[in-house]
Amino acid sequence: MKIEILGPGCPNCKKLYENVQQALSNTGKDAEVVKVIDILKITEYGVMMTPGLAIDGEVRSVGKVLTVEEIKTLIQ
Amino acid sequence: MKEKWKFFIMTVAFLGCFYLPVELLPFRNPVFEALALVRWYAREHVLLCLVPAFLIAGAISVFISQASVIKYFGAKANKFLSYGVASISGTILAVCSCTVLPIFSGIYKRGAGLGPAAAFLYSGPAINVLAIILTARILGWQLGLARVICSVIFSIVVGLLMHIIFLKEERLERDAGELLAGEEDTSRSLLQDALYFSSMVGFLVFANWARPQTGDHGIWNFIYGAKWYLSAGFLVLTALMLASWFRKDERTEWVSSSWYFAKQIMPYLFIGVLIAGLLLGSPGGEGIIPSWVIENAVGGNSLASNFFASIAGAFMYFATLTEVPILQGLIGAGMGKGPALALLLAGPALSLPNMLVIRKVIGTKKTAVYVSLVVIMATISGIIFGNIVN
Repeated sequence: MKIEILGPGCPNCKKLYENVQQALSNTGKDAEVVKVIDILKITEYGVMMTPGLAIDGEVRSVGKVLTVEEIKTLIQ
Repeated sequence: MKEKWKFFIMTVAFLGCFYLPVELLPFRNPVFEALALVRWYAREHVLLCLVPAFLIAGAISVFISQASVIKYFGAKANKFLSYGVASISGTILAVCSCTVLPIFSGIYKRGAGLGPAAAFLYSGPAINVLAIILTARILGWQLGLARVICSVIFSIVVGLLMHIIFLKEERLERDAGELLAGEEDTSRSLLQDALYFSSMVGFLVFANWARPQTGDHGIWNFIYGAKWYLSAGFLVLTALMLASWFRKDERTEWVSSSWYFAKQIMPYLFIGVLIAGLLLGSPGGEGIIPSWVIENAVGGNSLASNFFASIAGAFMYFATLTEVPILQGLIGAGMGKGPALALLLAGPALSLPNMLVIRKVIGTKKTAVYVSLVVIMATISGIIFGNIVN
């Protein structure tokens, strides 16, 4: 599984990254977590409100810092 | 727990500034000026102006559905609406500068195109609600109002000009696609949202109602006498609406998002005020840079002063809201009102770092044209405003 966090590096994006790591360690799942900070790549995904979260190339959440629980349901 | 500590530290810092014993200092100017300015902000502006402003900004970012705005920027959206919405949507979408660039890039590459994208890029940071409130409060309502009106007009004109200048190239480059901005939330009507925001703004306006000039009787004086009753009324109204229309998780999110803005902005504002005081002095006092230097560069309302202020503003980076104390210092040291507006119009919208990101999205040529348009228009507006005010 590949999880991408889309955002140019504002505090919300960092928070989402931490939550993803937390969710992964809670569930014991293994995934590659990538921060996408390039604005052109973010636009290619069609994401306008950051942070966005993409799982295996598919955008699952936009403009929201998901909680650890929300991320768990997304990755399960 | 960590957040509580941050809040505790911030409160202690605020109280420290509030009771700062500046009179006891053995050394005077410019350190005195800097500390006096910090104390003046802490006493006059934090509780009644900044705190309500953070709460309003937090409410906007949580309660207003961003998706309902973004849909006007799509590839198939009505072009008139796109420009119109782009020119005012900064109040809703762009409370933080890191949200402006992804939206800009999205509108340009996959949505309504270069014109509306440029309009949004300009208006976004220029008319965000925190900046307007603080500008009007500290630099006077004339500059606050001029900032809003000019920014809206500017953004439409800049957008249209960019569209016309690059008409040919634009047809080749675009690939229209979907824009993602999260789902729309429709648990409240627009009227309810509008009433809620009006009541918060009502509190802000009346709590900060200035004492009218002596000898001035009538309605302004009456309002001044009743200002605390009016503010309290609006506060109660806000609380009632909050209790009956909003879900518990929305209220929690509101508080955390307001706290987020405060955390992002307060430290920079504190440093900005300190530096402005140190370099430029508080109104009536001198800082490290002598007044005559500033008066020569940006005093009066000449073409040269306005142009210099626009260029300086365009390249300089201002952290959110720090343009206000810096301008206050400059005006106190002899900057004209016209150049002040020019700097306000070119400053927050442009900076060297954001030019580099813009260049990556739209290329060198378009960026150069965009920057030149903003600088030229800021200069002209400065001259016009300077003439009206004088």
